[in-house]
Amino acid sequence: MMQTVEYISLLIIPLFILLAVLYGAFKKVRVYDSFVAGAKEGPGVILKIFPYLITIFVAIKGFQASGAFDVLRDGFYRVFAFLDIPIEAVSMAIVKPLSGSASTALFTDIVKTAGPDSMATQMSAVIMGSAETTFYVLAVYLGAVGIKKTRYLVPVCLLADAVGIVVAVSVARWFF
Amino acid sequence: MNILWLLLISVSIVFAIFTGNLEAFTKALFEGAKSAVEISLYLLGIVSVWLGITRILEDSGLIYRIAHLFRPIISRLFRNIPGDHPSITAITLNVLANLFGLGNAATPLGIKAMQELDGLNEDPGTITPEMMMFIVLNTASLQLIPFSVIGILASYGHRNPAAVVLPVLIATAISAMTALLLLAGFRKIFR
Repeated sequence: MMQTVEYISLLIIPLFILLAVLYGAFKKVRVYDSFVAGAKEGPGVILKIFPYLITIFVAIKGFQASGAFDVLRDGFYRVFAFLDIPIEAVSMAIVKPLSGSASTALFTDIVKTAGPDSMATQMSAVIMGSAETTFYVLAVYLGAVGIKKTRYLVPVCLLADAVGIVVAVSVARWFF
Repeated sequence: MNILWLLLISVSIVFAIFTGNLEAFTKALFEGAKSAVEISLYLLGIVSVWLGITRILEDSGLIYRIAHLFRPIISRLFRNIPGDHPSITAITLNVLANLFGLGNAATPLGIKAMQELDGLNEDPGTITPEMMMFIVLNTASLQLIPFSVIGILASYGHRNPAAVVLPVLIATAISAMTALLLLAGFRKIFR
């Protein structure tokens, strides 16, 4: 099953591009010129996203380095002590929504120090796989179209993240 | 976002002062700036490629045919998208890319989907319910197999890295459902 999905993953983009190009040629589209015209829009899109990205990244990196992050983590750890969640998994739960690269680094570190078959690793793996880098997604997608009024989107995403972490921890405990 | 950013920045600075992490804090600010630039450059490449490919789809009309094909599924979650609108294709391709863990394609196609959805926006600058639905779907981490997690586990000698697949899938499914329910709930309250 896994090999099948892996193979489809490898196949899907090349096959899709082939389909796009051949269908274009069949419809007498000048595919080379079309691609160039589309790619020309790239820089404009990135210019729109960039200010949002830098604004959120500066805040997140600063938050991690200031020591506030550690206090938040220890706070969560103590409040949820009765659930007996390894502190590594608590870190993972807070880092994952904030930063993709930081969560990958943290996860690698947890596997190294806690051991690949430990509860801390298993739980972090489930969090890592089932949570998304929410702040990055918000910055990129909202920035791309210049949305300023986000209404209730941010609270929904944060609440969903919190629920997602609880679910990930429970599922991990149930499985391992 | 305004309140969130204000909180992040001011709490961080207060903490940096009291814990003596001022130097590290200032350094981190510029590291954040640097990684924003790096990620933007990376995005510039992949977004341009996908905008090139989707332009071929537009010029050949294939984008409307794909939209027609997937309309029955997509319109269940996105109610106010008219006919065979190109946003349906962009959303479908983004979801497929997410499912198969194709990060390089998912983000550019997601940006394309947001642009198409914004084309239907009657009040530019304010988010529409369809955009919210789309973003919530993307923060739910829909992925069949978490290849990167398995890769890291395998490289450090986990006895059965693939064992993580099923729990991740279940956790993702439950949290995605909850996210959609939360969105629907908020929508009812704040309409």
